[in-house]
Amino acid sequence: MNFNNLDQLYRSVIMDHYKNPRNKGVIEDGTLTVDMNNPTCGDRIRLTLDVADGIVEDVKFEGEGCSISMASASMMTEAITGEKVDKALSMGDEFSKMMLGEDHDITDDMGDIEALAGVSQFPARIKCATLSWKALEKGFKEAGSK
Amino acid sequence: MNAIDIRSDFPILNQKVNGKDLIYFDTSATSQTPSPVIEAMDEYYKEYNSNVHRGVHTLSTKATDSYEKTRMKVKNFINAQYFEEVVFTRGTTAAINLVARSFGDMIVEAGDEIVVTEMEHHANIVPWQQLAKRKGANLVFVPMEEDGTITRESIESVVGERTKIVAITHVSNVLGTINDIKEIAEIAHSNDAYISVDGAQAVPHMRVDVQDLDVDFYAFSGHKMLGPTGIGVLYGKSELLERMEPIEYGGDMIDFVDLRDATWTDVPVKFEAGTPMIAETVGLSAAIDYIEEIGPENILDFEQELVNYAYDRMNEVEGIEIYGPRSRAGLITFNMEDVHPHDLATVLDTEGIAVRAGHHCAQPLMKWLDVSSTARASFYVYNNKEEIDSFIESLKRTKEFFSYEF
Repeated sequence: MNFNNLDQLYRSVIMDHYKNPRNKGVIEDGTLTVDMNNPTCGDRIRLTLDVADGIVEDVKFEGEGCSISMASASMMTEAITGEKVDKALSMGDEFSKMMLGEDHDITDDMGDIEALAGVSQFPARIKCATLSWKALEKGFKEAGSK
Repeated sequence: MNAIDIRSDFPILNQKVNGKDLIYFDTSATSQTPSPVIEAMDEYYKEYNSNVHRGVHTLSTKATDSYEKTRMKVKNFINAQYFEEVVFTRGTTAAINLVARSFGDMIVEAGDEIVVTEMEHHANIVPWQQLAKRKGANLVFVPMEEDGTITRESIESVVGERTKIVAITHVSNVLGTINDIKEIAEIAHSNDAYISVDGAQAVPHMRVDVQDLDVDFYAFSGHKMLGPTGIGVLYGKSELLERMEPIEYGGDMIDFVDLRDATWTDVPVKFEAGTPMIAETVGLSAAIDYIEEIGPENILDFEQELVNYAYDRMNEVEGIEIYGPRSRAGLITFNMEDVHPHDLATVLDTEGIAVRAGHHCAQPLMKWLDVSSTARASFYVYNNKEEIDSFIESLKRTKEFFSYEF
């Protein structure tokens, strides 16, 4: 069986995040909670964040979904912890570009998220990888409008 | 029936997906289309595309004739008593919405009960939820057995004097459960209730005789029975359709129109406002011919052979859990231990195998099964045991792939 494509999709770093998720759980006294689901496939995610002075002090996630969506959430929490909200949002933009196969500016300080580049070869799975980033964007948007 | 001969009628199956021969196991979502159906629609557009019930010119007469002949063909196919009992709709969903809106609003009052099951597709839950909300009525759920079946006793335990409508699927799109509609209709009627059946997963796969079942309404779709998308049928007993109000207004469905009011034409066109799905009825007609040529009884036997074979072979694969009863229609919904169904479906897709993964438009049933999603393989006339063998090998390799210590 030719698993070459799959090896790109399911790289060991991704499976590591899936099987050993970072920042899994809930921040009880967080400043921001956001839920998002993907109605077409049933994946769901809840992010809780502790944001102070425009900086993401802490973030946790919980949810249910495939390896790609859960690994992506785990990677995202590592990437954005300690970052400014604006920086976190722009990371999300760069991540979306990577998913669409466009030029992107993902740097080493963004943790493991580049490992998901192979997902762009599987169009049906892009929405799995972007679920947590979409949730983050929605959360910041809602917080901003309050 | 000879599955090999049939296969050559389906041009789409003769292709590679990700470098492998396509194995299409997603008929429960939509079936593939045989050449005679494609050619019939092609001929319609090349030779007599025209609007129906309007013109006196030759093409329009030919189109109208074809449209109404299809209605007659559907009547015979499901053994309705009158051709007027066949209403063309966009699909099963539109048909059920028509029943819930028009018939439901007419007969359901505050405090009444509408009986449904937890195995329903969203299309056969949400319209009834909304009806119940509009009227202050209650939705009541038939308790299911552990294997995802319902019994005479369970139906009798919830159908009573407050019941106005029993809305139930003939075949579950997830569990494969085949409900005894004739028995359920009898129970509904003996309680002065009506029965509306979602037949989307039944009509393509077995002989359905609406008079024998004695159902009040029965809905199904063309695209799950070798026909095109965008066409479906609502069967309704004529005395009920006669009493119902249309829910869409416009051309074709009127009798007289005045500046401030209008009257309706007769059943069934009363429910077919606007230019209908003419080409799609041409395709549906050819699909019925195709099914009749094989014989719905033979289709059922053939699928039973496939599903039993698949069921036994899937049990060879470690960590596979199958949902639903042992005796089932031609589909298997399952999960693989430690592998999310989306991941499973992606791996199978790289091997050219198309299965569905997700909640199958049945979120309440997923909750009942206590899973967030599942994978489903569904079979039809163009599938064969060799494909099931390849599928089993792929399942085993998938298991192996995800068992690696990453």
